[in-house]
Amino acid sequence: MASLDDLKKRISSVKSTQKITKAMKMVAASKLRRAQESAEKGRPYSDKMNNIILNLSNSISDKENSPKLLAGSGEDKVHLCIVMTSDRGLCGGFNTNIIKKAKSYFQKILDAGKILKIITVGSKGYDQLKRTYKENIIEKISFKESKNVNYFDADKVGKIIIDKFEKKEFDVCAIFYNEFKNVITQIPQEQQIIPLKASESEGSSTEDNYEFEPEEDEILSNLLPKNISTQIFKAMLENSASEQGSRMSAMDNATRNAGEMVDKLTIQYNRSRQAAITKELIEIISGAESL
Amino acid sequence: MSEGFKLEIVNPESSFLLKEKVSEVVVPAFEGDMGILKDHISIISFLKPGLVKIFEGSNEETYYVDDGIVEFKNNCLSILTSNIFDIKKIDKNVIRDILTKAEQDTKKKDISDQSKYLIDQKIEVLKNLTLN
Repeated sequence: MASLDDLKKRISSVKSTQKITKAMKMVAASKLRRAQESAEKGRPYSDKMNNIILNLSNSISDKENSPKLLAGSGEDKVHLCIVMTSDRGLCGGFNTNIIKKAKSYFQKILDAGKILKIITVGSKGYDQLKRTYKENIIEKISFKESKNVNYFDADKVGKIIIDKFEKKEFDVCAIFYNEFKNVITQIPQEQQIIPLKASESEGSSTEDNYEFEPEEDEILSNLLPKNISTQIFKAMLENSASEQGSRMSAMDNATRNAGEMVDKLTIQYNRSRQAAITKELIEIISGAESL
Repeated sequence: MSEGFKLEIVNPESSFLLKEKVSEVVVPAFEGDMGILKDHISIISFLKPGLVKIFEGSNEETYYVDDGIVEFKNNCLSILTSNIFDIKKIDKNVIRDILTKAEQDTKKKDISDQSKYLIDQKIEVLKNLTLN
């Protein structure tokens, strides 16, 4: 059994851990508010963009010659997966959930005999994937330096993707991220961005007759690359809100567990102190009796 | 005709501007400046770098945009843009920074004609801004 001194040390160490997790929870909570706000503010842009593209693609008559980013390269051989994770750990199941989702998708692709390429955004995803899929990872991107999620970072990723697409390095592209639902629920998402899948078929009435200036094709070929950056940006915003939410609940749990542990250890400490006193008393009494 | 139409400008970070009743908006469309009044036909177009002018009654506001898409439908004009600022509130030095960056871009050899055209436009607009 641990000595009194050891228990004392143990208690104070758990207490200081508790302080840290509590502070991290507070920080995550305040960051979460900001991240959530910007995620909600960012939604109109990507929604509008989606709507316009939907309208455009509906009105395009010549589907055969529509831009490749919309129609795809006509093949389904090489899959590029963008796995978006955080740069920091200690956020519960946030990264693991994305990776799990991504891995099951990877398995499907590899089983079908297709070629898999991976780009990781965020260092945690790379750390988790490099063991199994080292030779599949073609690029790792991390935005550790930028404090907040910003559009320019997303645009950088978007440009890399488009560049690779134009060089015909892949046929299908999907991104993986966590969608922020609320503080305790984040849903890992898989979204195909090339070729573009019309996400909402119900959408607002798309029958409107639009006038296009310049021609539909030209607008589309300008719009689609932007849309990719926008989708990535949206994923990044959702991800950052999810990360903070996930971290907050993880740290809340950790604080509670530390509290429970301190209680248990204190009881143990008191008991062993009591036992030591009793033992000493017995020794004194039996010593006195023997005289 | 006294009633205006709704204007919404969104950038990726947030909803930048929302006005319920504007009388006229002039946008730098790709094929030339385009004025939009109430009951305009539904249109989708995209923007080149330039100035967006918003007329609301006797008020006039001017914004600089880098690029963007405009959609007009049912008397609601949406402008999606990645970079926008109010020319009255922006620091001249910031404009100069963007300008020098644009000038460096033109010197690159591997740019397409179209992007060169866009950058030239940008430089022209920005130069005018710094003069004022």
